[in-house]
Amino acid sequence: MADWTLFEVFVRSKHGLNHKHVGSVHAADAEMAIENARDLYTRRSEGVSIWVVPSTAITATASDEKDALFDAADDKVYRHASFYELPDEVGHM
Amino acid sequence: MHSYDDLTELLLQLGDSAMVQAQRLCELVGGAPALEEEVALMNVGLDLVGQARNWLEYAAERIADGRSADELVFHRDQPEYRNLLLVEQPNGDFGVTMAKQFLFDSWHYALLQSLRDSADERIAAVAAKSLKEVTYHLRRSSEWIKRLGDGTDESHQRMQAAIDQVWHFTFEFSMPAEHLAQLEAQQIIPGASTLHQRWSDTVSAVLSEATLIQPEPAARNYLSGREGLHTESLGYILAEMQFLPRAYPDANW
Repeated sequence: MADWTLFEVFVRSKHGLNHKHVGSVHAADAEMAIENARDLYTRRSEGVSIWVVPSTAITATASDEKDALFDAADDKVYRHASFYELPDEVGHM
Repeated sequence: MHSYDDLTELLLQLGDSAMVQAQRLCELVGGAPALEEEVALMNVGLDLVGQARNWLEYAAERIADGRSADELVFHRDQPEYRNLLLVEQPNGDFGVTMAKQFLFDSWHYALLQSLRDSADERIAAVAAKSLKEVTYHLRRSSEWIKRLGDGTDESHQRMQAAIDQVWHFTFEFSMPAEHLAQLEAQQIIPGASTLHQRWSDTVSAVLSEATLIQPEPAARNYLSGREGLHTESLGYILAEMQFLPRAYPDANW
């Protein structure tokens, strides 16, 4: 079982919400990954839907790119959508 | 051998089988082939302990001699246990563990499907709740049978050997005719007469997809879980499981 694939697991906790990354599991294939994810992450009614994605299919940012990618200029307040009131009817956003 | 009415015997068979199967699964704590598999097996075990509690609480009420479900589990000896012989067999390699699990799950599933429509409301309620869990158990163990059966040459050969090794205990899946007729007439097990066929259909479908050969129907022999005539394996299980409450009767969680 050393050659099992690592899968990243995403769980949708409620209808209407988005899937969130919760962790990873090893499995021989995607079907087994779903079952393993179900047993690890949704035994206490945590979810209504599971996605599994092979970890190798994820392209990630490198930590040394942090400044270039994420260090935003905080002096431009108009970039932040903080001046809008969100109507209650919108719900989760 | 002391025996109870057919309904109570059925409750004991269900409760004891779930309990012993769960205890066998517990032996794999720390020893399953992969962490994910271990968690999954323990989840199945926990489901079964919960089901055993439901069945045995009902059994205890019907026996009504002052014993609780806990006392039934921890203070009965082998001849009083009514579990299927299959579930008391040693885990063996992972192929045997899964062969036992699959054959048990498929029997359990067919029986619970019938019990869900039982005229006894309490049985119907417990069966409906258990069936949700067992549907998943069966799905998981079927997947393993197919993966290993239709896997490499070695896994195929070991899976076939595992099925062949435990198959002869499936003779207990067809109940003696007189009990069956009785329980069906009382509508405690609606469709009891088709139970064995439904079990066999599930098994045939999975084994054929797994490219495994289904053995000939198992012949009855002198042993019988439902009469308390067990293999020697049950004694070892009970010794381990019952040691603590017997040695320390006042022990509390």
